[in-house]
Amino acid sequence: MKRNRLISILNNRGIIEAISLSLTIILWELVSNFIVRNPGKLPSPYSILLAFCDIWEIIPLDIGISLLHFGIGIGAGAAMGIIVGMLMGWFRIVDRIMDPMVEILRPIPPLAWVPFAILWGGLTHYAAGFIVFIGAFFPILINTYTGFREVDKTYIDAARVLGCREEWKLIKFIALPFSLPFIATGIRIGMGVGWMCVVAAELFGVSKSGLGYRLFQVFWPLHMIDKLILYMIILGLVALLLDRLFRYFVEEKLFKWKRGIVIAK
Amino acid sequence: MNHKLEVRNVTKAYISEKGEIKALEDINLDVKPGEFLCIIGPSGCGKTTLLRMIAGLEYPTSGEIILDGKEVKGPSSDRGMVFQEFSLFPWRTVLKNVEFGLQMRNIKSKERHAIAERYIELVGLRGFEKHYPYELSGGMKQRVAIARALATEPSILLMDEPFGSVDAQTRNILQEELLQIWKRTKKTIIFVTHSVDEAVYLADRVVVMSARPGRIVECIDIDIERPRKRTSVEANVIREQLLRKLITEHKKVGLI
Repeated sequence: MKRNRLISILNNRGIIEAISLSLTIILWELVSNFIVRNPGKLPSPYSILLAFCDIWEIIPLDIGISLLHFGIGIGAGAAMGIIVGMLMGWFRIVDRIMDPMVEILRPIPPLAWVPFAILWGGLTHYAAGFIVFIGAFFPILINTYTGFREVDKTYIDAARVLGCREEWKLIKFIALPFSLPFIATGIRIGMGVGWMCVVAAELFGVSKSGLGYRLFQVFWPLHMIDKLILYMIILGLVALLLDRLFRYFVEEKLFKWKRGIVIAK
Repeated sequence: MNHKLEVRNVTKAYISEKGEIKALEDINLDVKPGEFLCIIGPSGCGKTTLLRMIAGLEYPTSGEIILDGKEVKGPSSDRGMVFQEFSLFPWRTVLKNVEFGLQMRNIKSKERHAIAERYIELVGLRGFEKHYPYELSGGMKQRVAIARALATEPSILLMDEPFGSVDAQTRNILQEELLQIWKRTKKTIIFVTHSVDEAVYLADRVVVMSARPGRIVECIDIDIERPRKRTSVEANVIREQLLRKLITEHKKVGLI
């Protein structure tokens, strides 16, 4: 009886997860205090909490600036990626014209663009946004393209028989709605890559705040390891939150028609 | 109204790597207004191709298809089509699917809503307007497809093995319902199937096609009174006749 009750409590959502997380933090605290015993190498969770209390005022601004860079890049990347992807996916000729450029530019790591970002954009938010753009553009492009390529021929035939004949109408009413889940996936992947690019882009002093800037230009040179870890955790949490928000608003609201997403609920 | 459909000396050939493949050869066919015509034949005989050409989705290599004295040059709202595979737009609800053709004609939202409702009711799906296709069974999906094809009020309804992938039970029900709809709306229906039973139950006339290249080998009128009994002696006689014809065609290409 007693044992069964214990098991049923453990089976509740989140209980095991919470215990696991707490144990990890306690273990970390112990290892840091009694084994490593060097806050310069591994600060304890408690000292990170103290660091948070110490500098919490600057955190919102840093998050805000990083989100600004992120927003510029993702916005531009999504707009361009979707448009180019649609044109390449729908029109064979555009595909053939664009393909060599895309294939040559795509494998270049976004960070290799930093000099050009600064040459063209100066030390501005746009330079950082540009790096994010490079990171986000290609996944969004490729996914949009794939969606447009995979539009079921039967849908096109059915639409044509029903009076949907102009190309732009077929794109608007058939190919685009069909491809939206692909585009959403592209944006999600692009957001992941884009967030990595934010940190890297801010490394080069494009602004005087931002999570990446603070981490690399302030905490690291000054060897504030507790604050450094704090910002790493913030970077992770912000990305997690962005992804969850995106999934909530886009996948669950927009794609009710997709089997699985509704069923799983 | 007179919606006479004429297929005149139609040949269809595809160019493939191995050279030219003749899918259809010298097809001649007149379809009377209000007629229920079934086309049967072995798989690969080009019956779907013929239907798609009548729909205007493909073009004959030679010959012509004439509707009301005018050559068919592409899809038009006087011909509705129900496809073999599930062709409902999965991102649209039942209502929005049925409204699609009306929306393409720029009919106002309120009006098209009313028209769509009427056809949803006709196929017996009232109450399912807000459902998405994935929530429907195969038979229900095809009912929606029929409603969607009818909503723009075509004079000819083209059906490409529409009940091919539903279970036998549902299939019988759908056939009966289709006959009801046919009676009420007085459409011309051209119905492609590979099922002799289906053809004998539904059609005024059955066209039997040969295997590649597809040719019309026989036209059989079915004068059995409606409502028909699936198990009646007359039906069996015609079924036997059609089956024998089909088996001959199958044997010719080595399908049996």
